Amino acid sequence: MDRRNSQKFRLYPVQSGTVPCTLLGCTLYNGPGKSGGVPVGGALLSFLLVATLFAQSVVGEESGKIRFNRDIRPILSDNCYYCHGPDEKTQEADLRIDTFEGATRDLGGYAAIVPGKPEESELYLRITDHDDLMPPPKSKKTLSKEEIALVEKWIEEGAEYEPHWSFMPIDPGELPKVENRDWPGNLIDNYILSQLEEHGVAPSPPADRATLIRRLYIDLLGLLPSPEEVDKFVSDESPDAYDTLVDSLLANSHYGERWGRHWLDQARYADSNGYSIDSLREMWPYRDWVIEALNRDMPFDQFTIEQLAGDLLPKPTKMQQIATGFHRNTLINQEGGSDKEQFRVEAAIDRVATTGAVWLGLTVGCAQCHTHKFDPITHREFFELYAFFNSTSDQNNPGKTLEVRRGEVFGKPVKVDSESQSDTSIGKLKATWEAKQIQTVKQELAKGELKMGWTALRADSVKTSSLSEVETLPGNSYLIKPGYGGQDSISIQAKSDLEQIGGVRLRVLPHKSLPKNGPGTAGNGNFVLSAFEVKIGGKPVKVKAAFADQEQSGYPVLGAIHKEGKGWAINAGPSGLPMNTAHEAVFVFGEPIKTGGKAIEITLRHDVNANYLIGHFAVDVTEVSPREPTEALQKFLAALEKPESKRAKLEKTLIKDRFEATEPRAKLSKKPADRNVGRMMVMQQLSTPRDTYLLTRGDFTRPDKELGKLHPGGLSHVAPFLPAKAGQNRLDLAKWLIDPQNPLTPRVTMNRVWMRYFGRGLVETEEDFGTQGSLPSHPELLDWLGATFIEKGWSMKAMHRLIVTSATYRQSSHTRADLSELDPWNYWLARQNRSRVDAEIVRDAALCASGLFTDEIGGPGVYPPQPDGVYAFTQSRKNWNTSKNADRYRRAMYTVFFRSAPYPLFTTFDAPDFSSVCTRRVKSNTPLQALNIANDPVFIELAQALALRIVKEAPDSQTAQIHRGFNICLSRNPTQLEQEVLLNYIKTQEAAYQQELESAKSLSSSALLAELDNPAKAASLVSFARVLFNLDNFITRE
Amino acid sequence: MNLLQESTRRHFFQNCGVGLGSLALNRMLQQEAVAGYRPAIDPANPMDLRQPPHPAKAKNVIFLFMAGAPSQLDLFSDKPKLREFHGQAPPKSLMEGKRFAFLKGTETLLASERKFGRYGQCGMSLSEMLPHHRKIVDEVTWLQGMTTDVFNHGPAKLFMNTGFQAPGRPSMGSWATYGLGSASRDLPGFVVLQSGPRGPRAGSTLWSSGFLPTSFQGVPFRGKGDPILYLKSPEGISRKREREFYDTVGKLNEARLDETGDPEIMTRINSYEMAYRMQSSAPELMDLSSESKKTFESYGCEPGDSSFASNCLQARRLVERGVRFVQLYHTNWDSHGGPGENLNDDFEKVCRDVDQASAALVLDLKERGMLDDTLVIWGGEFGRTPMGEVRKTVGRDHHVDAFTMWMAGGGTKAGYIHGETDELGFGVVDGKVHVHDLHATILHLLGFDHEQLTYRFQGRDFRLTDVHGHVVKEILA
Repeated sequence: MDRRNSQKFRLYPVQSGTVPCTLLGCTLYNGPGKSGGVPVGGALLSFLLVATLFAQSVVGEESGKIRFNRDIRPILSDNCYYCHGPDEKTQEADLRIDTFEGATRDLGGYAAIVPGKPEESELYLRITDHDDLMPPPKSKKTLSKEEIALVEKWIEEGAEYEPHWSFMPIDPGELPKVENRDWPGNLIDNYILSQLEEHGVAPSPPADRATLIRRLYIDLLGLLPSPEEVDKFVSDESPDAYDTLVDSLLANSHYGERWGRHWLDQARYADSNGYSIDSLREMWPYRDWVIEALNRDMPFDQFTIEQLAGDLLPKPTKMQQIATGFHRNTLINQEGGSDKEQFRVEAAIDRVATTGAVWLGLTVGCAQCHTHKFDPITHREFFELYAFFNSTSDQNNPGKTLEVRRGEVFGKPVKVDSESQSDTSIGKLKATWEAKQIQTVKQELAKGELKMGWTALRADSVKTSSLSEVETLPGNSYLIKPGYGGQDSISIQAKSDLEQIGGVRLRVLPHKSLPKNGPGTAGNGNFVLSAFEVKIGGKPVKVKAAFADQEQSGYPVLGAIHKEGKGWAINAGPSGLPMNTAHEAVFVFGEPIKTGGKAIEITLRHDVNANYLIGHFAVDVTEVSPREPTEALQKFLAALEKPESKRAKLEKTLIKDRFEATEPRAKLSKKPADRNVGRMMVMQQLSTPRDTYLLTRGDFTRPDKELGKLHPGGLSHVAPFLPAKAGQNRLDLAKWLIDPQNPLTPRVTMNRVWMRYFGRGLVETEEDFGTQGSLPSHPELLDWLGATFIEKGWSMKAMHRLIVTSATYRQSSHTRADLSELDPWNYWLARQNRSRVDAEIVRDAALCASGLFTDEIGGPGVYPPQPDGVYAFTQSRKNWNTSKNADRYRRAMYTVFFRSAPYPLFTTFDAPDFSSVCTRRVKSNTPLQALNIANDPVFIELAQALALRIVKEAPDSQTAQIHRGFNICLSRNPTQLEQEVLLNYIKTQEAAYQQELESAKSLSSSALLAELDNPAKAASLVSFARVLFNLDNFITRE
Repeated sequence: MNLLQESTRRHFFQNCGVGLGSLALNRMLQQEAVAGYRPAIDPANPMDLRQPPHPAKAKNVIFLFMAGAPSQLDLFSDKPKLREFHGQAPPKSLMEGKRFAFLKGTETLLASERKFGRYGQCGMSLSEMLPHHRKIVDEVTWLQGMTTDVFNHGPAKLFMNTGFQAPGRPSMGSWATYGLGSASRDLPGFVVLQSGPRGPRAGSTLWSSGFLPTSFQGVPFRGKGDPILYLKSPEGISRKREREFYDTVGKLNEARLDETGDPEIMTRINSYEMAYRMQSSAPELMDLSSESKKTFESYGCEPGDSSFASNCLQARRLVERGVRFVQLYHTNWDSHGGPGENLNDDFEKVCRDVDQASAALVLDLKERGMLDDTLVIWGGEFGRTPMGEVRKTVGRDHHVDAFTMWMAGGGTKAGYIHGETDELGFGVVDGKVHVHDLHATILHLLGFDHEQLTYRFQGRDFRLTDVHGHVVKEILA
């Protein structure tokens, strides 16, 4: 690339690579930058550039030859590609002009472009022909005179095409020379400074040390430095004080949290399933894995492979499988009636789009429905990428899960006693229950075997709630005919000749009209009987016991008579009997009931699963109280009498099922016991891959079978070429992404790292490196970073160290009068950028300042206090058991994140809802943010703690307290003015609260009142602490 | 604007080198420059009033969102043929290629048990479930031929709000405030109210600003307690103390602005001032003591009852105070026939919840002369099937091909029926209005060409209507 030219185009830091276009005011970037949305300065800049620079660049006095990427592509891409671009579906006149071949193709005696001859080029003729104008007026696009002139000159010069810049190999070029040899701290600075010198602009002086340490703490750890740490650094006179500080922060394990949080945005990590039901999931081991991987500085290539394809590595370790949680963060729709296949496809499509956004920086998702309009990604290629993700076992459900203990990924698993599960209360509960069961069973056994005579109950009527037809079959069984479904219940009305009834036997019977010849209507012949109810003479009968010949694990028949259980089902029971054969359940009444000709009404309910109904059954009654067969009782007793550790798996299940079905408290006390073990979802490849077809318009019901099966493959324009081939899997995809020949992954990754440090990437549209994205402001620097990244073995920490030790990074962020004219949006980086901290850090900073911060990494999510009613807007109410003790003061990133109802602070401060990949957060600045910090009881509690800390650490004077507060919160001393304003404020508050002692007391904490014994003083300090939290400076990294 | 801000603003423009002249020029450039219409947003005051590029009929919008999808066949669409063929299988030709959320294919046609009548000069058919709607038949444009693309609740609600079935795009209210700002100085420009047994599916994504700046996101006022989270000052802080607090924060922020020159601090100062004003304006809004007994009676609510009716009244009060876009969600229209969602008493209850207040809102706005420039929209995310769905009782499943919505005021025709469905209510035979068309029409009424109101994100100019949508000219007054 011609150096002078490329430097010239770096002048125009605007969207869409529309250098000349922007100059002429065609396209302005309204990107999601600052709160107002439209960066006013973008237009201003363009205005200035129009005045000062246009002539040089466009007419090319200085710049010489027209370059396709710089000058022409933006014009054609914006104005022509929609109809004459890569997408055949929208291509008109069978003409594409995005390639040299297409544009110069013989169209029957003429061509769109005849190199060297604009006057013979149809393209040029049409853009200048006012009668038959291109672009057509109805497209509302127009070319300016200057653009037309550029196109003319380009054709004249031979109409040379170039590949899109981001697809070209990485080429940092030669290190730029700079005049000011003293300024550069490392090579990064040469790239920045050479451009500044070209503009005749000097870099800013370094920020003062106090600002620097706060900046580093926030950028690298997301925490505030303590005043002592600040003092130490500020007074450290050794020449390598800064480097030492950087090294110590990179070695600090909070680094993994801070940078892990950025990565988790891209991984769309959350603690719930999303969509409407949005119940909890346990993906926190994956979150911890990310933290640990970053702390260990896992090379980015390995980081990539393990997350995309850890499960496909030879003999994958547990950690490598945990890493695959990356793509298990997709949503699961638990809404009734959801089509499993539809949402499986949705998840796979999301995995393609996320992979494209995270590694390639391309809006691959656009090609889901059609060939990309602007970028060289065909519809077919999208589905070839999709094929990599089309063969995983999850299907809108948890799929494969792994149990991971808290701390396990850090190499320090907490001890989980598998039996008592660390919760003694449930252990006790169960022990008591078991002892009682042994007693009961022994009593039963003592009664001896009972021969029961059963009499068929002939029903007067059998009705379903949907009023389906019921057929009475020979042998007094009842078969329910089609039309029956959902959660229908069955009601049986009968009378019996028996004098009394002691129990009921329900026989479920196979029938050929039912699925798989089963007794039930579920696809496999199963059913779930959620409740069995009997009324005699209109009065409900108490059913005291129940037993069955076959009970599916988790679905004992006891569940049908206790509301704690789910109900009775018959799949794969411990009995070893097949499912779809006759089975029976016996229900024992509390005591035999005299019938006396009274009506007997039996109701069978199916409220647990839709379409899991009993389809064919018979009912018998007996006069005596039925007893469970001796053999079954003995088995149960034997299991009970063994110590827990000696019990076979089936015995454990039997006892657990019965315990949970009958003991209301069993479930309640179960949850906390489980919290130290996460059952996280991981990737699993199907042994036989699914067939992949192109889905017409992205619709999963419209596979394009004519086109035939597609095989997994990469994008043809991204080197190295990875052609579609059967048998390739996610591991091949991952290796393709991190192949050193692939220019996108290192560029995109380094660009995002840069963005976190400077508020904007070198390519502003960090999510779009395609033709519609912006051009890099410093292309050689971006390439140098990419090349260095690979050279340094993909070490993230090495790159962090490089960037934060650069002089560029260390500059002051103050605006400068000279720059506000020349470069108001600071694309040249003649200063640092001030930026509001992320949502999480708003909380974390207040935690640090308060001194209450719980310094603990990883583990299950926590529940800090939040106001009632956050869930008034969600479909299902969430259980928010506010954490107590230390968990109340954990970092924000550990707060449980419900996608449908995030913790309010997050939403208010622009955290995404993690439904899809988020590569860049917006930064808004709203009144709701003010209310949140000013009035959220959490922040008041922290302000009270901060006040107490200030009193303890600076007991002497209000002036000292102001200093201390500033040191703690802002890592600097107050200015004279700030000092005066605050002193005045504190004094006013103290005086006022002397008159309102009750108010003073309610604003203060009891600890603070105890410390000070002066409510007015206490209240004035809480007010002061509250002011500190609400300063723009507090939530801004300067 | 208080003095502090005035001086800060002046300081900023004078000392930071961005002259007001160039700002203004900037805007001009921007407006002329782009092919589409992308309003210039002042970062310090994103809700500044902006004139739409075309004459607008509607200034404000109140969208009564019937979450769960009401049965048009039991409310608006009388189908004698359904009675004739009740219990029979639907014609095969109508069922081919159709997908439903729950139906298994064995269901039969279900006639409505409700009595219908024709009302008003337009002769709109209404069932006995909506007696109060009879009063507004001639105030309203009836859209009998609505269609959508998506048949699950969450995605369909997103589609109705954002024109796209996955989260991530801006909602209608965000587009409206992005385009127009808001006349309210003391309240957010886009407010969401909610009632019914639970929240709408898809939650906050329904009023998300997507890729637009978050200043344009809907602010969900809560039904109970503080209408806005964290509105109340901490205990022990009086209004006077609070003023002193905000003054001190303002002065210190101003000092930092002087030191750093960062314009974002000016926005922060404005945000804090708005927060302080909202502490008084929001409770004033919620204080209904100035409303007459007659008003309460006509809406059918009592202060503090958190009902849909209360929210309707609140919506009028919000619009009176200049709020641009108010959206009400009321849940429990999902009449599948299961427990809590049957077509019998559950349906009757939800009809009672909304019937009176929906009509009262239209009439109240009219009486106050506000209906001319306030557009009221009523409807859900899709319709319900002509076939019965068998659950605990017989209900109806989701239906995307034909359903009913209505609009009133804001430049729409009064007493006009648009569109018609076939004899069984399966599809639209005339006057089809797709969700994209509805969006195009709403933007048109607000003074925008829906193809022109764009926002550039990820290298693309995005619109509410994506690449679709036609203004429904027939319903314009």
